[in-house]
Amino acid sequence: MSDHQEAAVHQLHRDDAGARMGMWLFLFTEVLLFGGMFLVYAVYRYQYPDQFHLAARELNTTLGTLNTIILLTSSLTVALSIAALQNGNKFLSLILLSATLLFALTFMVIKYFEWTTKIAHGIYPGSPELLTKPNGQILFFGLYYVMTGLHGLHVLVGMVVISFMIVFIARDKVTPDNYVKLENSGLYWHLVDLIWIFLFPLFYLIQ
Amino acid sequence: MSGNNKHHISYGTYIIVWLALLAFTSLTVTIAGVNLGRYTLFIALSIAAIKSALVINIFMHIKFDEPIFKVFLGISGSTLFIIFLLTFFDYIYR
Repeated sequence: MSDHQEAAVHQLHRDDAGARMGMWLFLFTEVLLFGGMFLVYAVYRYQYPDQFHLAARELNTTLGTLNTIILLTSSLTVALSIAALQNGNKFLSLILLSATLLFALTFMVIKYFEWTTKIAHGIYPGSPELLTKPNGQILFFGLYYVMTGLHGLHVLVGMVVISFMIVFIARDKVTPDNYVKLENSGLYWHLVDLIWIFLFPLFYLIQ
Repeated sequence: MSGNNKHHISYGTYIIVWLALLAFTSLTVTIAGVNLGRYTLFIALSIAAIKSALVINIFMHIKFDEPIFKVFLGISGSTLFIIFLLTFFDYIYR
């Protein structure tokens, strides 16, 4: 192959499988990040089972369930938007991604009300009221704020990524022939959903 | 066009999986209201594991990806499992 030909091939070459592999590697680092926190949770729950149960009663199961449904549905709309783009339906893909963004925003708004209610009741890390409680409950709420907080941060990052995808699709930078960026954003969004699938029963369903 | 995911999953499959995920969510919420003592945590985590398997296999289409992705997943899953195992081994028997 001459240099000229090689250059031409190089320009056409695209490694989508490699791009997805890179995304998965990144997702594993995320799994380890959250895994470490789940480990801390597991050890302290094992140490203080009764106080964890008592503290979890303070959480609003209805709002937690609602947020679970919202996040699962947002995962569906991302998956569907990729399928729509694969089928060449750019418009439907954009609609579904916008729906995802809306669900993500609703999730964050519910989260906001949940946190502010807790804080209004004097329950936040280091608050005088929380510090009068036994160690197990302090740990439970500390873990609650850190883990749902870091998860919420991931939701915000996901919203930014999805907004970029909407722009890319609208400007034909992401097309039915070249949509690995959208696929990788979808993978990230599903991971955020996966983490919530475990956070939900561990924090909201242990009364 | 190397490596574009050739297997296209239909809208219907995604919607069925979503319905299953919602069904498992209502199941886990219902079961949480029943006092099952020491099995409560085990059941809640089992349901979460089933939901994750659905999301990973279908939404993240691992089921239709090349085997190398499954190897990746296996290695990271085992790593996490070993970390949990060793930590609890240390914690319980110390």
